[in-house]
Amino acid sequence: MIPGQFDYHAPTSLDEAVALLGQHGGAKILAGGQSLIPAMRFRLALPEVLIDINGLADLDYIREAVGHLAIGGLTRESALEESAAVQSRYPLLADTARVIADPLVRNLATVGGNLAHADPANDHPAAMLAYNAQVVAHGPQGTRTIAIDDFFTGLFENSLADDEILTEIRIPEPGAGAGGAYLKVERKVGDYAISAVAVQLAMSGDSVSAARIGLTNVSPVPMRASGAEQAVVGQRLTEEVLEAAGRAAAAECDPSADLRGSVDYKRDLTRVLTKRALRKAAERAAGGTS
Amino acid sequence: MSKHTITLTVNGNEFTREVESRTLLVHFVREDLDLTGTHIGCDTTSCGACTLLVNGRAIKSCTMFAVQANGAAVETIEGVAQNGDLHPLQEGFWEKHGLQCGYCTPGMIMSAKQLLEQNPNPTEEEIRWGISGNLCRCTGYNKIVEAIQYAAAKAREGQTEAGGEEASS
Amino acid sequence: MSHLDDRFEHHTPKPEGASAKVDLVDEVQIKTPPEICGMGHRMKRKEDPRFIQGKGNYVDDVKLPGMLYMDIVRSPYAHARIVSIDDSEALATEGVVAVIKGQDLEAAGGLHWMPTLMSDTQMVLPIDKVVYYAQEVCAVVATDRYIAADAIEKIFVEYEPLEPVVDPHEAMKDKVIVREDKEQKTNHIWHWEAGDKEATDRVFSEAAHVVEQTMHIPRLHVSSIETCGMVANYNKATEHMQIYMTSQAPHAHRTVFALVSGLPEHKIQIISPDIGGGFGGKVPVYPGYVCCAVASLVTGKPVKWIEDRSENLQADSFARDYHITAEMAADADGMITGLRVKTLSDCGAADAAANPSKFPAGLYSICTGSYDMQAAHIEVDGVYTTKPPGGVAYRCSFRVTEAVHMIERVTDIMAAELGQDPAELRRKNFIREFPYKSPTGWEYDSGNYEAALDKAMETIGYAELRREQAEKRARGELMGIGISSFTEVVGAGPSRDYDILGIKMFDSAEIRIHPTGKAIARFGTKSQGQGHETTYAQIIAEELGLPAADVQVEEGDTDTAPYGLGTYASRSTPTAGAAGAMAARKIKAKAKKIAAYLLEVGEDDLEWNVDRFQVKGSPEQAKTIQDIAFAAYTNHPPGMEAGLEATDYYDPPNLTFPFGTYICVVDIDKGTGEVKVRRFVAIDDCGHIINPMVVEGQVHGGLTMGLAPALFEEIVYDENGQNLSGTFADYLLPTAVESPKWETGHTITPSPHHPLGAKGIGESPTVGAPPAIVNAVVDALSHLGVKHIEIPITPEKVWKLLREAGVTD
Repeated sequence: MIPGQFDYHAPTSLDEAVALLGQHGGAKILAGGQSLIPAMRFRLALPEVLIDINGLADLDYIREAVGHLAIGGLTRESALEESAAVQSRYPLLADTARVIADPLVRNLATVGGNLAHADPANDHPAAMLAYNAQVVAHGPQGTRTIAIDDFFTGLFENSLADDEILTEIRIPEPGAGAGGAYLKVERKVGDYAISAVAVQLAMSGDSVSAARIGLTNVSPVPMRASGAEQAVVGQRLTEEVLEAAGRAAAAECDPSADLRGSVDYKRDLTRVLTKRALRKAAERAAGGTS
Repeated sequence: MSKHTITLTVNGNEFTREVESRTLLVHFVREDLDLTGTHIGCDTTSCGACTLLVNGRAIKSCTMFAVQANGAAVETIEGVAQNGDLHPLQEGFWEKHGLQCGYCTPGMIMSAKQLLEQNPNPTEEEIRWGISGNLCRCTGYNKIVEAIQYAAAKAREGQTEAGGEEASS
Repeated sequence: MSHLDDRFEHHTPKPEGASAKVDLVDEVQIKTPPEICGMGHRMKRKEDPRFIQGKGNYVDDVKLPGMLYMDIVRSPYAHARIVSIDDSEALATEGVVAVIKGQDLEAAGGLHWMPTLMSDTQMVLPIDKVVYYAQEVCAVVATDRYIAADAIEKIFVEYEPLEPVVDPHEAMKDKVIVREDKEQKTNHIWHWEAGDKEATDRVFSEAAHVVEQTMHIPRLHVSSIETCGMVANYNKATEHMQIYMTSQAPHAHRTVFALVSGLPEHKIQIISPDIGGGFGGKVPVYPGYVCCAVASLVTGKPVKWIEDRSENLQADSFARDYHITAEMAADADGMITGLRVKTLSDCGAADAAANPSKFPAGLYSICTGSYDMQAAHIEVDGVYTTKPPGGVAYRCSFRVTEAVHMIERVTDIMAAELGQDPAELRRKNFIREFPYKSPTGWEYDSGNYEAALDKAMETIGYAELRREQAEKRARGELMGIGISSFTEVVGAGPSRDYDILGIKMFDSAEIRIHPTGKAIARFGTKSQGQGHETTYAQIIAEELGLPAADVQVEEGDTDTAPYGLGTYASRSTPTAGAAGAMAARKIKAKAKKIAAYLLEVGEDDLEWNVDRFQVKGSPEQAKTIQDIAFAAYTNHPPGMEAGLEATDYYDPPNLTFPFGTYICVVDIDKGTGEVKVRRFVAIDDCGHIINPMVVEGQVHGGLTMGLAPALFEEIVYDENGQNLSGTFADYLLPTAVESPKWETGHTITPSPHHPLGAKGIGESPTVGAPPAIVNAVVDALSHLGVKHIEIPITPEKVWKLLREAGVTD
């Protein structure tokens, strides 16, 4: 499988990259390339121009800033696994990072690319929805931030303008009593989820004071399980509450049948994983590991 | 179609070549440089037969364009043995029967090489997860795991000897 | 749960004191010292240094001056008429040398059809219609791989879609005829029977217990990590065709190429270089090979064709696809009395199975397995569907996997019916007297089934596991224990019954010992990772006392190796390995004469001792094999031919019957339906062991290839005959994470008829593992009324059974 022909540009600055995007309508950004190049090899993607942003080394970082964790758009997935900050204070992100594709893919794949691809089967959208992250975009008019809830607009569609580049993801620092978890069932390592659930909770005593839940690969557009969130906020996580949350998530997701499973299975799996992820997030909140 | 002149080092040797923008790194290495130890086993970034190191990181060279490796240091299986001495991983694969048909072996060794460089003392679980991007159809993986454990132990031994501590153990 | 900590719970160490006792049947015999490294030594493989340094030589590594590249246009329909093919734009592209279509092959002497190994016919390139999705439609030859890939996008084929027939039961109704080229307008290809129908019906009518189960052994793909490929290099001046090919059977392929193409066989050289796994997938001749050879004939240049993985998965021969209805009868005491089986074999669009000619359903009638019973009757029908042709092994000896899956499943179902422990039902019904004549006509050479069962149960701690299961069940946790006590039949085969396209299934060895005592040995088989360069050298070391390091083993070049039928169906050790031993014995007989001459004694005064002939009673008077080799060229007896070499074509008197018992422990997540193999103990008996390390490797690899269809792999088609699992993203090969830490062991029951007492091992685990895993899953769910589950056991299938039984989380 050989990709079609294309023109290639390797800008050395962000502004140059943005300018190139402006000059070449329909150009594609090449970051990690781990979704784009396979699609090109099957000629499912036939971009005429690729703008390789791998030279923008200053977009590759994980920094603890005031009130949030800043992840550069070009940060490799493997960097999340190697980051002490992520491993110790962002367990939901740490859970997510180690189940994305496989270790070789994670050495190239980028966090920004995983989000910007806006594939509901990717793992970061659900995690970032649960974190209530912000996306920073840079374009000809400068820099703006986009709330993650406004980022995904359709299947493989996001709210970035054609000449904007995702430069940073900001994850709010979990406060005291916060906890998160990502649980994924996949057919084998490297596969997309049959279903996966990302939970980020804040506990107040033994009650849930805030909750955000993201779902992977059970909807055409990356989604939050709002009903499940409502089912737990203000509640103690009793078996009844967990079951209600799981049922809400199962009802509100919108999976399609494929080789991974039927609609009924994916809904019920979402129910089970929602309960378990909530339980695990609450345990972590109680244990003080965010 | 755009063509580009790239300069990179492969196994310590510098090469300058003209490539099409779409030339996959694996084809560049195999066909332009005649380093055929890096193999191709799939078209979906699944099997890892094409694994090599770019700037020390193990990647699937079927999912990277050669032009992206401009300026990079690439290491392939042909560069793993030094001065005719097998690398501990190569020894391990031989000693522990970590290969049968040999087709996935170069990719496995390159994956394992990065794994051990990052984590010199991995558990069995870490090894299994570390090579989970590489498919093997022959061995059932047990002996690949043993081969990597052998190499890890050998490297530790080497360090102990170099450190000159603990005359006997 | 797919998480690091949870995934590895199954790698628990063996409980204390669970290691099996070692008794006589376990001992690997070693007769030679390490420096000779004959049988039984864990010799490091001689082939490995090149592989671990990236110096292997696979087909895609072959690069010849002026080489062209071929790519293939494939059908997007499972069944369609070809209205037109417009290749003008492709031909106008710079770098495109030729487009080869069905009409071109027809004009070249009817090459648009080719024979299959089952004496059916298969299209090389179509003229009228396509009969499966991804079928080869035409081929493009260009100066570069990338240009060829571009050019296939520029060929415009107009199709008129026809109704596909995907389900073999539907196909039997003949509403859609797949093969309109045939005189008989039916999809039914053949009917085959084994056993005694009347006796079987009688046993069933008298039975106290009868169980029945339908099951589907789904379509699989061997998926060796190297796909198929060829470099064809025709020299118009010398009329010599040199072919590098991913071939498990280069000699047979040379003959097929000669017969199909009309090229004289001595002008065809097939070289099967290093092969990146075969498992049966490199036995057939595929259309791509023929197109590639024709492309070289037409252009007079070397042409390379290497399949993509998706082409390999979508168009190359499949394995399995048996739809089985099995009944088992037992008497009131729980003795199995009979087996009655009906099976539909979905052949796809041609019967291209790689079976011996007289066995359209392969060796499927071995399906009475390890159990002594009065009668059995087996019927199999082959049917065409609009799916790719095939019927190759997937690491199995001609349909033995299907047979073993069926008997081991039905035996468990009978145990449930009788309320007996499945281990005890097996033990009670084991065959005990050997040789054993089976009700379907096999003569089992040797066996000791109870020893393998005992050892497996002891190793895994069976009784303790049953206690644990009871406790867990009381707590609502799901765990299961599954057993498979399989018998294989390998090593085809005796020439009276076994041939492929008329060529008898002997195999061969030729050994030449050079004056300095070093040797070259060539065989008619072809290793694809089995380690023949090492194990064959060890056989010769065992027989002649030459250090294995001094024996260079070569295979795969038809110009140099003796004719043989190749490597598949675990036949290399039973046939070519035996030929190696027999050729060595011929050399030894001559060596004895030379030794007698040199020592000035009679032959009867000599005895063999590891690596030398010595005078009985005075061992200091001796001539080593090296002394003798030197003398064979420098000082041989008057009247004797010089040299020390021999060839043997070995025709085995019978097949060999490896066996074993596997026990699997699974844990099931009642929320998600995920199955985790916690432990798996495999006790194999392949007779005498040539290299224990290689045997372990074969067993481990085979077990993972048994795990794969049990839990992961299946080729799935939609109702239009489109392949939904045509890449590695959806055809799920297990990784090191899914594959458990295998625990292996052996018993040794030599084959009485094989010169080395060996039986063959490469496929036993693929054959024996799936039913052990399924039996474990069913066992975990048995208290919920579950009796059977189809493979692959996906989480959803388990989830569905659990929810139907009211179990949830």
